[in-house]
Amino acid sequence: MATSRKAAAPRPRVKAPRKPEAWKLRLYVAGQTPKSVRAFGNLKVLCDEHLKGRYQIEVIDILDHPDMARGDQIVAIPTLVIKLPQAVRKIIGDLSDTDKVLVGLALQQVV
Amino acid sequence: MTRRKTPRRPSSSRLRKIPTGIQGLDEITGGGLPGGRPTLVSGGAGAGKTMFGLEFLVRGATQYGEPGVFISFEETIPDLAENALSLGFDLHRLVAEKKLFLDHVSISRAEISETGEFDLDGLFVRIADAVRRVGARRVVLDTVEALFAELPNARILRAEIRRLFGWLKQQGLTTVITAEREGHDKLTRHGIEEFVSDCVILLDHRIREEISTRRLRIVKYRGSTHGTNEYPFLIDENGISVLPISSLGLDHAAPNIRISTGITRLDGMLGGRGFFRGSSILLSGTSGAGKTSVASHFVDAACRRGERCLYFAFEESPTQIVRNMRSIGIDLNPWVSKGLLQFQAARPTYGGIEQHLLVTHKCVSSFKPGVVVVDPITNLLLVSTLGEVRSMLTRMVDFLKTEQITAVFTSLTAGSGTLEANEADVSSLMDTWLLLRTIEAGGELNRALYVLKSRGMDHSNQIREFLLTYDGLRLRDVYLGPDGVLTGSARLAQEGREKAADTSRHQHLASRKRELERKRGIFEARISMLRGEFEVEQEILRRSITESKLLDAELLQDRGQMVRSRDADADAYKKGPSDPPARKRGNGHV
Repeated sequence: MATSRKAAAPRPRVKAPRKPEAWKLRLYVAGQTPKSVRAFGNLKVLCDEHLKGRYQIEVIDILDHPDMARGDQIVAIPTLVIKLPQAVRKIIGDLSDTDKVLVGLALQQVV
Repeated sequence: MTRRKTPRRPSSSRLRKIPTGIQGLDEITGGGLPGGRPTLVSGGAGAGKTMFGLEFLVRGATQYGEPGVFISFEETIPDLAENALSLGFDLHRLVAEKKLFLDHVSISRAEISETGEFDLDGLFVRIADAVRRVGARRVVLDTVEALFAELPNARILRAEIRRLFGWLKQQGLTTVITAEREGHDKLTRHGIEEFVSDCVILLDHRIREEISTRRLRIVKYRGSTHGTNEYPFLIDENGISVLPISSLGLDHAAPNIRISTGITRLDGMLGGRGFFRGSSILLSGTSGAGKTSVASHFVDAACRRGERCLYFAFEESPTQIVRNMRSIGIDLNPWVSKGLLQFQAARPTYGGIEQHLLVTHKCVSSFKPGVVVVDPITNLLLVSTLGEVRSMLTRMVDFLKTEQITAVFTSLTAGSGTLEANEADVSSLMDTWLLLRTIEAGGELNRALYVLKSRGMDHSNQIREFLLTYDGLRLRDVYLGPDGVLTGSARLAQEGREKAADTSRHQHLASRKRELERKRGIFEARISMLRGEFEVEQEILRRSITESKLLDAELLQDRGQMVRSRDADADAYKKGPSDPPARKRGNGHV
């Protein structure tokens, strides 16, 4: 059920992965709130800059899919869920702190 | 964020109360928690906050037709279900019946980083969705403050939690929010109590001298009166029970019915008819004075009348009591198997004193006995102070009186010291006070009993000795000696002396009677002998009289014959026998 929702997710901004280590990013939002819109914008910019062509963003509106919010243990909105091979990371907030997002994505060493 | 249709309740009905279904709590709060509003339940670790929340929801779903949502921030759903099962609640069944929705909110700081502004819409949506799914009227947030540990930015969290409470209120959901108490002055770690202005309940779990006591206190209840005391409560296989102690007044009925003590002569000492029904009786005495025996007699008599008896044994096991009482001819076993007698045996140290009170309440409420025995109350002192025991007994006595249950409390008096002083603290609660004591005299210990007081009846003032025989307890007659009541051998000696005196008196009387008989015999013999003599003499006399009469007759006859034979003289004798001789003589002289 969840997978079918994912497939039917609105605005699936999917870039076809060219390399096997494509980033699967899932952004949880609750309606079109300013924070959500901002978060998506920030994420898009960041991915295009650092992961050009190697990422996949799935936006999930929990108003439509509350069960997914439970499944991924979403409390804060917006939350970006990154499924890494080893672990799951969650980045909450509107993703305005780019450095922190990059650390969260493990794309930048902590200085 | 969803704004759900319409608020369920207008905010005008301030005092609408929602029964929790938690035994006793609704009495203290005068009807339950504020309807459609959040209530804060604060307490330390293990105080029973989660159980409180669970029971609130389960009772709502099963008894009041109000489905509920449980949002757990700490325990996982399987853990929660397992814990609930220990209270006898089957959460899975309620979930399947769509009466309950469980959600575990689990986040870990380790996997989270904050990168800007956020809100808790994720949580809001989850709650709103859960509420919609089961049509919930009740919500429990089990330690929402756990979020502070896992999410950064306490400022946002506080604001969001405030918004959450506002939203819950707007939805008209009766909510229980649990919080960890910090220290003694802070109800919550992060001060969320300021968002909950309606009702605050404090749970406390105290350990003193290795014995735990749970207490509940209503810190605040806006717009409503409520009990302000600390109320003890218990969590057991039937959930939580709170004991509303001081709500009990002194308005219990005082029936005039009298019931037998099971000892006929003791009934006699109590105005001839035994105890009042619904009264409380204190049986105090030194160890081995026969307290349990007297109590067992009473239990036996009650069971014979077909009344149910509840026996709280704090010292002996039920089988031990049954065995020991058999030795004085009381067989309690049939009553146990008939279901008329129920034993509740536990060492008092097993739980706190309040726990005992609650256990009493629960047992009495479910078993509905006519007679309750607590044997002995002094063992409760092992777990508490005298003041607490007294307050507990006051409540117990009041409770039992309200239920019109006759209660017998035994109390062990220490060997030394005055008998009356030790129980002075509890004796004023009692209607009848029987003192059992051993009296040491003449190198032996004997048992004696007396009625120290018995309200509302004429009672004996005598100290009576009693014996524990194979046939039960026997009160003996009163024997007063120069030094007071005689007991044991002294009594036996006195009895012997009296018997001896009695016998000798009897013997004396008998011998007097025999003497009399003997004398009568002698006299009668003498009389008959005298009569014999008399008769002999009488016969002789009679005979002599007859003889002399015969003689006279013969004499006359003889004289006639002589006259006739003399003839010459006959004519003269015939003509005038006196004149002629005189003339003859005169003629001669002239």
